[in-house]
Amino acid sequence: MPHIVCCVKQVPDPEAPASQFKVDEAAKKVLPIPGIQPVPSQFDTIGVEAALRVKDKVADTTITILSLGPDAYRDTIKHCLAMGADEGVHINDPALNEADHWATAEILAAAIKKIGPVDLIICGRQAVDWDMGVVGSTLAELMGFPVITIVKEVQMEGGKVTAERVLLDGFETVEAPTPCVVTVSNELGEPRYPQLRQIMQAARKEVVTMTGSDLGIDGAKNRINLEALFVPETAVDTEFIEADSAKEAGEQLAVRLREVKLI
Amino acid sequence: MPSGVLVFGEAVEGGGELAPVTGELLGAAKSLGGPVTCVLLGAGVEDLAKECGAFGADKVIVVDDEVLKDYQGDAYVHVGERICKEADPSVVLFGQTAIGRDMAPRLAARMGTAVAMDCVELSLDGEKLQASRSCYGGSARARYTINGMPQMATLRAKVFDPPERDDSRQAEVAKQPADVSADVIRTRIVSRRKEEVEGVRLEDAPVVVSGGRGLGGPEGFQPLEELAEILGGAVGATRAVCDMGWYPVAAQVGLTGKVVTPDLYIAVGISGASQHMAGISQVKNIVAINKDSDANIFQAARFGVVGDWKEVVPAFMEKVRELKAE
Ligand SMILES: Cc1cc2nc3c(=O)[nH]c(=O)nc-3n(C[C@H](O)[C@H](O)[C@H](O)COP(=O)(O)OP(=O)(O)OC[C@H]3O[C@@H](n4cnc5c(N)ncnc54)[C@H](O)[C@@H]3O)c2cc1C
Ligand SMILES: Nc1ncnc2c1ncn2[C@@H]1O[C@H](COP(=O)(O)O)[C@@H](O)[C@H]1O
Repeated sequence: MPHIVCCVKQVPDPEAPASQFKVDEAAKKVLPIPGIQPVPSQFDTIGVEAALRVKDKVADTTITILSLGPDAYRDTIKHCLAMGADEGVHINDPALNEADHWATAEILAAAIKKIGPVDLIICGRQAVDWDMGVVGSTLAELMGFPVITIVKEVQMEGGKVTAERVLLDGFETVEAPTPCVVTVSNELGEPRYPQLRQIMQAARKEVVTMTGSDLGIDGAKNRINLEALFVPETAVDTEFIEADSAKEAGEQLAVRLREVKLI
Repeated sequence: MPSGVLVFGEAVEGGGELAPVTGELLGAAKSLGGPVTCVLLGAGVEDLAKECGAFGADKVIVVDDEVLKDYQGDAYVHVGERICKEADPSVVLFGQTAIGRDMAPRLAARMGTAVAMDCVELSLDGEKLQASRSCYGGSARARYTINGMPQMATLRAKVFDPPERDDSRQAEVAKQPADVSADVIRTRIVSRRKEEVEGVRLEDAPVVVSGGRGLGGPEGFQPLEELAEILGGAVGATRAVCDMGWYPVAAQVGLTGKVVTPDLYIAVGISGASQHMAGISQVKNIVAINKDSDANIFQAARFGVVGDWKEVVPAFMEKVRELKAE
């Protein structure tokens, strides 16, 4: 029975209006926007979609959702279960809340070893909060597994994973023996949206919780320190081209760009 | 004591020429002070060592071997790890390229250290590397220090200035064998396909005309292509339109697409989401054509036209043609 673990994180909604984005510089934290709920990190639900597409072909595949984070992450795990994943594992321990990307990878690796044999681990190419993009590869190195990063298609068959990587100027098909890690990108396609029936089923499903001590980990061993966090100044003075009609504005734009020697 | 800066340079695909990112990496490394070593991995890259010297490398380590012809993570990380351990640098730099974004995190894991990805600013505070990078889709900027050694970072393309090329400068060149045994390589590249772009390459284009969802459909890109051709530029796109299949993924500009630095960037029907702006943060002359005067793109635009692109663009194009013909 093939087993896929999808690592998912919860993040502030990246589609929230830019004007409402604020940080607390002293605390070096992003402030939650009132009335806007956190969401599953976009690439991570795409990872769940990739796993579900494997399961669509090989029905006895088990998909486990694995997430490290505080209580609120439960909603993200439930969302992924409602998408069609089978099991949920929530590492929830206040002592681990400040884990950096490397400590996170170590904790996830310990959990995966505890969960049992795995054929494929799927991560997002980057979590859409810090946009770092290191946990998937780090996890692979810690597990001693091969890794295929930033892919738009994943197939698993006969002890082999075939994935199509997105390069900057094209695509590359890569094969790896299982167990392995892949990180997925948005080119894979939209994640499926849970049906009401699935949401209700998922609500009843039990999520296994783990703490650091279950994993023999007594705190996050961080490798980086966040020294400062701020919103960079970007606003420039815009010269709006005013004219009686859109057509005239277009013409004047050309004239203006010629004047400043940009065309 | 770890010391000096080690830089992983790149050749353009097929060898023969240094990729521009190599100069940028050497420029950033120089600005930190201390000796700079440039690593070149590939097949047919030996002749490029001289050029690394001209761009400021004190030493060049070349591993020129067929096994490194195409980037294959297992092989590259294996060789990179060995070089890193022997050289014992205090700082290691990569480009945020197809290679760097795959290789740097894996190398960091093997070295037991951390890597700050996609940095836009670097400095040394004593021995401590201060690495700044954008996060939250470009909405925020974070500065990090790294506890372990070497302190690693990947650098966003086109942000750091390459040093003036000086062909009289000579670097010490050390050749090393690849020594990659078959059991190191676990993944196999089955095939590669390029997404061919006609005309000027997006990354090198002096003018970029980009389209977003406001174009209303793939056919909206036709006039933009025409405009780009008149201006000697290339066409870019937002992720929204690439995801919908209106335009090839290779044209995507932004956080998860390409970083471009044209003299002129014309954004048509683009809202200006932070993730898109992340790809044009170095562009000084942004022109925005959008029917919504509150669109975020105007925050960064030097020139703005509020209006329907279907009316603005044809008139603009006609006038540009006329002015160009004068
Ligand atoms: C993790 C992550 C990574 C991302 N990476 C990228 C990336 O690399 N690159 C990227 O581009 N995006 C990226 N995005 C997506 C980004 O958040 C936005 O969704 C996307 O850039 C919006 O594209 P758009 O401007 O084309 O569409 P929209 O936001 O829908 O904007 C369309 C604009 O067109 C205007 N318009 C409509 N009709 C007309 C008309 N007739 N004439 C003139 N104007 C008109 C509207 O006023 C609007 O402003 C990323 C998102 C996430 C979460
Ligand atoms: N706290 C977490 N819990 C579960 N998975 C995570 C967590 N943090 C990161 N990941 C996974 O690692 C990927 C890359 O994260 P990052 O390296 O932080 O950008 C994410 O897309 C997730 O798949």
